[in-house]
Amino acid sequence: MVKVTVDGIDVDVPPGSNVLQACEAAGKEVPRFCYHERLSVAGNCRMCLVEIEKAPPKPFASCAYPVNEGMVVHTDTPMVKKARAGVMEFLLINHPLDCPICDQGGECDLQDQAVGYGRDGSRYTEAKRAVKDKDLGPLVKTVMTRCIQCTRCIRFSAEIAGTPELGATARGESMEVGTYVQMALTSELSGNLIDICPVGALTSKPYAFVARPWELKKTDSVDVLDAVGTNIRVDARGPEVLRILPRLNEDVNEEWLADKSRFSVDGLKRRRLDSVWVKRDGKLVKSGWEDAFEAIDARLKGVAGERIGAIAGDLCDAESMLALKDLMSALGSANTDCRQDGAALDGTRREFYTFNTSIAGIEAADAILLVGCNPRREAPLINARVLKRWRTGGLKVASVGPVADLTYPVEAIGEGPAVLAGLLDGSHPFASVLKAAKHPMVIVGQGALRRADGAAVLASAWKLAETVGALGAEWHGFNVLHTAAARVGGLDLGFLPGAGGKNVAAMMGGGVDVLWLLGTDEIDTTKIGADTFVIYQGHHGDAGAARADVILPGAAYTEKNGTYVNTEGRVQRGQLAIYPPGEAREDWKILRAFSGWLGKPLPYDSIEALRDRLETVNPVFARLDILPRFGCADVAGPAGGEMSPVAFEPAVANYYQTDVISRASPTMAECTATYVAPLKAAAE
Amino acid sequence: MTEHAEPASFAFDAESEAKITKVMAKYPAGKQASAVLPLLDFAQRQMGRVTGSAWVPKVAMDEIARRLEMAPIRVYEVATFYFMFNMAPVGKYHLQLCTTTPCWLRGSDDVVAACRKATGIKGWKETSEDGLFTMTEVECVGACVNAPILQVNDDFFEDMDAESTEKLLAALRRGEYPTPGSVTGRQTSAPEGGATTLTTLNFPAE
Repeated sequence: MVKVTVDGIDVDVPPGSNVLQACEAAGKEVPRFCYHERLSVAGNCRMCLVEIEKAPPKPFASCAYPVNEGMVVHTDTPMVKKARAGVMEFLLINHPLDCPICDQGGECDLQDQAVGYGRDGSRYTEAKRAVKDKDLGPLVKTVMTRCIQCTRCIRFSAEIAGTPELGATARGESMEVGTYVQMALTSELSGNLIDICPVGALTSKPYAFVARPWELKKTDSVDVLDAVGTNIRVDARGPEVLRILPRLNEDVNEEWLADKSRFSVDGLKRRRLDSVWVKRDGKLVKSGWEDAFEAIDARLKGVAGERIGAIAGDLCDAESMLALKDLMSALGSANTDCRQDGAALDGTRREFYTFNTSIAGIEAADAILLVGCNPRREAPLINARVLKRWRTGGLKVASVGPVADLTYPVEAIGEGPAVLAGLLDGSHPFASVLKAAKHPMVIVGQGALRRADGAAVLASAWKLAETVGALGAEWHGFNVLHTAAARVGGLDLGFLPGAGGKNVAAMMGGGVDVLWLLGTDEIDTTKIGADTFVIYQGHHGDAGAARADVILPGAAYTEKNGTYVNTEGRVQRGQLAIYPPGEAREDWKILRAFSGWLGKPLPYDSIEALRDRLETVNPVFARLDILPRFGCADVAGPAGGEMSPVAFEPAVANYYQTDVISRASPTMAECTATYVAPLKAAAE
Repeated sequence: MTEHAEPASFAFDAESEAKITKVMAKYPAGKQASAVLPLLDFAQRQMGRVTGSAWVPKVAMDEIARRLEMAPIRVYEVATFYFMFNMAPVGKYHLQLCTTTPCWLRGSDDVVAACRKATGIKGWKETSEDGLFTMTEVECVGACVNAPILQVNDDFFEDMDAESTEKLLAALRRGEYPTPGSVTGRQTSAPEGGATTLTTLNFPAE
């Protein structure tokens, strides 16, 4: 540790730290624009100037100056104040005075720091510089005259997103930040540019002129549009969620948020189910809760338990899935399944279906094998972690499955399961890479599991992980990457076919007489038997509601308190930010109310009681937010079978539209038109 | 980006390839991006050789990016930073007029006016109608001792004034290429009218 004195306060900082970090350790705030702790140091805004004793008598840019033993730093001398004020005056020379119409207003670094270091008026009388705005696609709006050229966006797109498309062209007075050629940013993380831009140069296009930050009610929650479990902040005004921002969680998302999760927010108020519908004479009629319960009750009369089934969708909270499972047990049914895509997930042991290495654990990996998995589309933030790891050097990545650009070099070693056999017997050259690696990882994607031979692929992947030494006492290198936020939770509470129970495929084609769909929209509803009575409980009018005989309006993830388990197996809680629209209710309450109507009341009247029950069903639900790292104690793998030679299909064909919320979002539709449609057209 | 027609494709010709092979050998593997400046130069020269207009089209920058395994934007950044790379087509003779203080004090305004008169070009970075000349204002080219300087493509024409500028442009128009250097006839940057010091020294013949 290096001893540094900042304004008379002694601090110890690790060697290699910069002066700015030492100042922060001493609790001294240093203004900055270009410095960002997750990006490389640029040192070009000059706002973080400090004075250093026994050094040349000049202000130093603290972000780019390394600490020395015994260094004495001052952040509050008249010289520092004057130097920073000078920098601020230069920054403001070409910055427009348009804060009243700027979306960054109220949460702008330049605005805040101008209060501390700005002059009351400008001394600058010459003509100001104006820069043409750039079109960066449907998500990021630009007002380039506001740009102070901190280059954070350039560094972010190159270093974190891995899509180096932004740059600074020309120089001096003519320097402009942009893509030089007209193009839409291709990153799935482009929304973060809006967060890191310290001024209003890059703002959200869909959110333009919508609200001011101080008008918004902020609720901490968890994202459900992919299985990463990104920590988010839901900003709402009145009955509307207006935007979603990331929250800091070093173990999960650091401070980033994927575009689908950020920009699907407008899908939350479109195509919503806000009243109860019951089919009468072949037509859905708006009804009351009692009518609906009566209709379901009437249909359930005389139906045997094994003729009733339930399927849980991708966005469900654990509470509602447990309530539905308990309801099914009360009805005598073991036909429950949360794997609506038919993925061969093995629920017998938790290690078989979670991302055991953990997201933060990726940073220790030195060889990664992707099996039917495209993390860039399935979990952009996990992909960003792999890129982060790759940038530190020495990581080898190979992929079995469709070839894709993952932003880091990936060795494409095959399309289908045949390669796995080669890796298992050691004949494939990458097997030795995995074997030689200290911390090898095998990541199995849903593309490899949602096929007839999924169980066999899962077993082979586990076997491979064991063979290459990925299943050690200290290191668990077997990982399943999920695409659905509800999946691990569903598996944890056993929302799977019970003894003699039917799975999703068996419930189709008349396998059950009554089918309860809890936000299930990704199944092929045409396969449901014509005589099957379908109850759809959910929040969006999509595939499931279109087939339903009774529609029970539920709450979206921003409208309920819910527990979600991410792909790592991390239990996190989302919170209610706004109330569900119209007649819609929190999902577990609907199920509890119906059980009461049936005369078989579920044994919980409050969410606390329900959560107690969750903990009884599986103790992991008691371990909120924390994820203990563990090695592999038992190397016995899941049951396998014969693998077919058919190539793996991508699990996510269109990143921007994977669930009811993103399918209802106009912004996501625009992204699909911008990014996915041209690719499709090119492929044809 | 300015508005101009871009060629559909670009490939280095044999002459450029020979130079590229030589330059790339200077850099170790993995550091090949260091060759971006020479490659941009080769591309611009090849364009001048083949089309008569020495500039770097976007397709050439993309080709360089592909070859050096770097993101295209990184090549655009470098190319736009150095004004020696022309990002838009230029005339056969690229007149680069230095108007920085020493040249200006020595009469660069006259040289500029003479160029405008002879070529009919009104603004900077514009090309004459016959496509022969493009006028660019440049900062100090480092030959102040012979100011004012008019740089034509790679060559410096020094000690210019209105009359010599007119003559030079007329010669270029005729297809001649006068000898670069001082137009007053002095030896490099030696004093006008011959040496003023060391006049008495006589070195024995070798």
